[in-house]
Amino acid sequence: MNRKKIISIIGCLVLTVFVSGGLKATEECFEGFSRSVFKFNMAFDDILIEPIAKGYNKLPNPIKSGTGNFTSNVATLLSIPNSLLQGNFKQFGHSTGSVIINTTVGLLGFFNPAEKLGLKPHKEDVGQTLATYGVGTGCYFVLPILGPTTVRDSVGLIADSFVDPFAHVTIRENELFGISGNNLDYFSVKSTDAVDFRSDNILNFDSLEKNSIDLYSSFKSIYLQDRENKINNSDDDGDDWGNFDN
Amino acid sequence: MNKLKFLLVFILLLVNNSLQAYSSNPEEFINELVNDAISKLSDKNLTDDQKSKFIKNLALKNVDINALGLYTLGELRKSSDKDIILKYQQSFEKYFLKSLTSRLTDYSSSKFEIIGADKKSANYTIISSKIIPENGDPQIKIDWRIYTKNPEKPLIRDLIVEGLSLARTQKEEFASILSSNNNEIEILIAKLEEFVDK
Repeated sequence: MNRKKIISIIGCLVLTVFVSGGLKATEECFEGFSRSVFKFNMAFDDILIEPIAKGYNKLPNPIKSGTGNFTSNVATLLSIPNSLLQGNFKQFGHSTGSVIINTTVGLLGFFNPAEKLGLKPHKEDVGQTLATYGVGTGCYFVLPILGPTTVRDSVGLIADSFVDPFAHVTIRENELFGISGNNLDYFSVKSTDAVDFRSDNILNFDSLEKNSIDLYSSFKSIYLQDRENKINNSDDDGDDWGNFDN
Repeated sequence: MNKLKFLLVFILLLVNNSLQAYSSNPEEFINELVNDAISKLSDKNLTDDQKSKFIKNLALKNVDINALGLYTLGELRKSSDKDIILKYQQSFEKYFLKSLTSRLTDYSSSKFEIIGADKKSANYTIISSKIIPENGDPQIKIDWRIYTKNPEKPLIRDLIVEGLSLARTQKEEFASILSSNNNEIEILIAKLEEFVDK
């Protein structure tokens, strides 16, 4: 990585700390624009992603689960440096062990023997790492195609491509342990991961769409709750009801 | 006359059985309730209308819809006029019953298992469970927030699906509508009514 790149990453991170410090995630950066992008994303999903996900769901279960395992194993690579940066050595062990076992014994990740051995790596990214360093979420907005995000998570998304070993050997065109790839490899795996996620959630998306009176806000709430859970490595929804009694 | 009495008692028993009270133990309460719901919703001899009536009765008896309505209104519940709150709660109940019927019908072809219980306080117990779709789709983890202030009559206050609280999602959805409409509850009521009439 050259000096300019390092300076620009540090610049972005410093900017994030300042921009996100005073804003809560529930605050919108530019709601009108985000709602338009959201509409575009929903149309994009209707036309392209949902039909592909429905087709993908018709594949035999072993192929579907094998593909899901493969993309999940690749995604776990990003958790290795992030667990380390968070000082979470237990998760570092789980992520590293899982990738090594699944890539070798699990035939390039198509099988998941690591899970049977009790290895359960959490998904960790730079956005989560920044949160553990105390960086605030910043305001909320929606990116075209990529969907909901916050100032912190969008900076994290860019930084991910510098930290992720898979991005390192594909889009950054480097070599790691004799392995290298290209842009096509990177975007193929990421697109397949998105389709796999969408296919797992056809029912949930349909149900949400049918029952929301403001779908944009429902997605926003779900995104922010999901990020909170990932940062806390917990499904506990806090105790918002604690003092509610009537 | 005796035959008529017998028939009346039989009918009463039958009606009572279809709206049975579930166990007061939170874990058993959820297990009985959900399995009852799944068996009714997957019963091919029942019409959609009968299923919908069953879910509505089930929710009215076992979900704390009033509390849920107030919770989803956020801080406005404290500062708003009582009449408008009452009107909102009536609309919210109709909205909730319609959306619940739709949601439960979506997940009816599944198996259900209780994983455990966590007593958070005297008022709340969280029951963890999982739904296993029969079509091979991934399992869905669902936690149930049970209000146990009256230990004899537990009530459901929230469903947390894969860590995502439905009550909180609803609250934030309503908050967005309210904030973009000058906190006018009447506008939220109109949107709820629009959903019910759809």
